[in-house]
Amino acid sequence: MTELEKKIELIKEISGSDPYKCMRCGKCTASCPAYSEMDIKPHQFASYIIRGDLDELVESKAAWKCLGCFACIERCPRDVQPGKLVDATRQIVARQRGGDYLQPEEVPELLTEDLPQQLLVSAFRRYRR
Amino acid sequence: MAGSIMKYSYYPGCTLKNKAQDLDKYARSSALALGFELVEIPEWQCCGGVYPLGSDEIATKLSSVRALNYAKEQGQDLITLCSACHHVLKRVNDDMKNVEDIRTRANNYCGFEEAYAGETKVLHFLEVLRDVIGFDELAKKVVNPLEGKKIGAYYGCLTLRPGKILDFDDPENPKIMEDFIRALGAEPVIYSMRNECCGGYTSLKDPEFTKQRTEQIFDDSTGFGADCLITACPLCMFNLNKSDAKTKVPVYYFTELLAEALGVKEGA
Repeated sequence: MTELEKKIELIKEISGSDPYKCMRCGKCTASCPAYSEMDIKPHQFASYIIRGDLDELVESKAAWKCLGCFACIERCPRDVQPGKLVDATRQIVARQRGGDYLQPEEVPELLTEDLPQQLLVSAFRRYRR
Repeated sequence: MAGSIMKYSYYPGCTLKNKAQDLDKYARSSALALGFELVEIPEWQCCGGVYPLGSDEIATKLSSVRALNYAKEQGQDLITLCSACHHVLKRVNDDMKNVEDIRTRANNYCGFEEAYAGETKVLHFLEVLRDVIGFDELAKKVVNPLEGKKIGAYYGCLTLRPGKILDFDDPENPKIMEDFIRALGAEPVIYSMRNECCGGYTSLKDPEFTKQRTEQIFDDSTGFGADCLITACPLCMFNLNKSDAKTKVPVYYFTELLAEALGVKEGA
């Protein structure tokens, strides 16, 4: 097994999703509320993984713009579930070098009077692991 | 039927103890008015707010497993109110029932007297109203009908999707909150953004994006005539409240309107 094949296997294992099943129908991108913020669109995630362009996907804005709203997961007709693929990719990065999209030091100045705890715990789980 | 009040284990979650106290207190008083009691489970731990999608994530699911197992030991269903807690607990419960690897590893770690295998039934408060009390019965208990109010139900994401696991309602065309609104004597307003994401946790670092989302939600719902919105999610509430939309209308936790209709809002 090549290094790439190993990485793809790991993504498949963590996400429970098979990028090879994607038929590029674009339903995920059409459903994605954050697609305009993404440089790589949800229907392209599977291709990036299969091609081995994992670093590009990981370094993309897209990896950190997914809202976790499950619209693509609900609507994918092939059960590829791009939201899970991008989350798995994100986790591989966070496990290797630590999630660095949100630092605890940043939090005090982001706080407002009415900011719910749910927002902080969700952001930390999404951005750091 | 005094003395036979139905008791449920209740998982409030971190936010309901702090910034979303209205969601909690109006639910407790409404429950009593409807003949059931929310018994807060002791020493519950934060669900983490986000369900860990990684199939090899175990530690991040354990707080949910402990709460689920506690309810099992009480022989009670477990009630949630916060959309995020509901989502996380329900999905972890599904894992414990159906994913052998997660079940085995979580049980090995927790060391309960009897292994936990997803026995607890997780119910959102709205599901109790629909499936246990019944919206017809709820309507009969309304003393202060919200007549003339046109209310948009804002579902957001977390109670609906993925539909197969959350099993809350049709994720693309839900009606539980609309039926709830009718039971309170008000008129539900159906609009297309009701099950679309508000932007969620991205408001922490990217508030401009969530403002675009919430503006669309207000524009859409008020365009169909809504004079207020209801939600079950503290984060949706926060993001909607932060909106600069010209069409902004008040947003309430669904429990506040419930308590008002049941005449138990004061003193809650």
